[in-house]
Amino acid sequence: MSIIVDVQNVRKIYDGGIKALGGVSLQIRQGEILALLGPNGAGKTTLISVICGVANATSGSVRVGGFDIVKEYRAARSMIGLVPQEITLEPFGRVLGTTQFSRGLFGKPRDDAYLEKILTKLSLWDKRTAQLNQLSGGMKRRVMIAKALSHEPAVLFLDEPSAGVDVELRRDMWQTVEELRSTGVTIILTTHYIEEAEALADRVGVIAKGQLLVVEEKSRLMQQMGKKQITIQLSEAIVTVPESLEGYGLELGQNGASLIYSYDTNGTRTGITKLLNEISASGLVLRDLQTRQSTLEDIFVGLLSDSEQREASEL
Amino acid sequence: MNVRAMATIYRFEMLRFFRTLTQSFLSPVLSASLYFIVFGAAIGPRMTELGTVGYAEFLVPGIIMLSVMTQSISNAAFSIFYPKFIRTTYELLSAPISFLEILGGYVGAAATKSFLVALVILTTSTMFVDLQIIYPLAMLLMLILTCLCFALFGFIIGIWADNFEQLQIIPLMIVTPMVFLGGSFYSISVLPPLWQTVTLFNPVVYLISGFRWTFYGQADVPLISSVLAFVLFSAACLAVIWWIFRTGWKLRS
Repeated sequence: MSIIVDVQNVRKIYDGGIKALGGVSLQIRQGEILALLGPNGAGKTTLISVICGVANATSGSVRVGGFDIVKEYRAARSMIGLVPQEITLEPFGRVLGTTQFSRGLFGKPRDDAYLEKILTKLSLWDKRTAQLNQLSGGMKRRVMIAKALSHEPAVLFLDEPSAGVDVELRRDMWQTVEELRSTGVTIILTTHYIEEAEALADRVGVIAKGQLLVVEEKSRLMQQMGKKQITIQLSEAIVTVPESLEGYGLELGQNGASLIYSYDTNGTRTGITKLLNEISASGLVLRDLQTRQSTLEDIFVGLLSDSEQREASEL
Repeated sequence: MNVRAMATIYRFEMLRFFRTLTQSFLSPVLSASLYFIVFGAAIGPRMTELGTVGYAEFLVPGIIMLSVMTQSISNAAFSIFYPKFIRTTYELLSAPISFLEILGGYVGAAATKSFLVALVILTTSTMFVDLQIIYPLAMLLMLILTCLCFALFGFIIGIWADNFEQLQIIPLMIVTPMVFLGGSFYSISVLPPLWQTVTLFNPVVYLISGFRWTFYGQADVPLISSVLAFVLFSAACLAVIWWIFRTGWKLRS
């Protein structure tokens, strides 16, 4: 799969001396959905702003479709559509008018049929003559997407697309994103909703304190870093883990009524059979068993805590 | 060059102008008409002639310049301040459009608006005075140049301003006094010698004097100094805008 956005060692230090990005490198593949996960203030929006031309990088380079975003900004920006996190629309403008404006700004000739298609897809065609300040929040966000798509971009950046929207609308937004991907548009979305990344992304990048901690296929990330846990519920509560079971790294569950065993799903041997035999041999009676796969959220929290620990040890 | 983008900005700005016709068009025309009535029709007949023209006739170029200068500044300043205020500049910054094209769209529209206002004031003035224009082509050229120069200046103010107060402060506290004291309503020859000298430091004097020359062939200062003032003022505005574009000052973080 070819690389459509190539970010090389981008650093961004704002005028006040705040370091927003500390040397980020990232390759985005054509046609994929990449989710950039990170807490507030991690540098997600700054990274998008630099790629889209809204902010200048302090150093480093970005190429979009092979074009440098500074030296060949016209060609690079023509390929990009940006939906910022904040809903910013001219309040007295109208739906069709504002999308026509966006298309014109990107130097594209008027194409009413294409705009009708986009607005219909986003359920906005019936509202095309409506004044923007009379639309609901969800509709306004869809207008923002329509504006970003009005010039037929190859890459679409969605900055926190479902921030502040209700669950139903979030599902609608996800469906819209899926539909867009099916048309061949590469989509980069930032989010701090793990479930959003889990539901949509092909690859996930985790960003914290201006550093990209990991970029990996979502499934591989979960496979590589994901752990599975088996919770063994006992018929009678115990106070301590029996000595014979010490080698398994077992944790005692709530009230001593269960034992929790973590194992690597990629390991050649999980050790479950042996553990169950040993539990039986130690005289404990099993009541129930439950297994649980770690979610992207667990991985995300783990990565962040690793990064914080590394930072603390470097100080 | 992204001409289509420039035309898009221009068209949408002009649409906004026509959408808010009362505020953008009728208001300056009404103000100018009031000047004609109060200074021209009521006070004018009691004034002595200034040079070879009556006071009411003398007023026409001054009132047009007053309107054009203030309107060009406020139109251009608001046109770029507004997207900053409602935070839609992201779209301008992420579009494949140069700053020069952004400037062309906004300043071109602002200058067109004030040019249209000037034409209406000029037409209105014929209701009050028997108007003569000795050099009509030079008059149109100077009018267009003034519209453009002051729209450039307004654009700088619009980028600089962080709030509505700042947007108003330079036009209100600096430009309006300079225009009023720059010979809009009187010839600087009527001032005492000391004030005549002080007035010569006001660049607006040269612009109004040059414009009045195109009407009546008489001026407070030599024509060449008026031309020079236009060139210097435009060059200064362009230099500041060039620097803004290079650095992205107040626009791009």
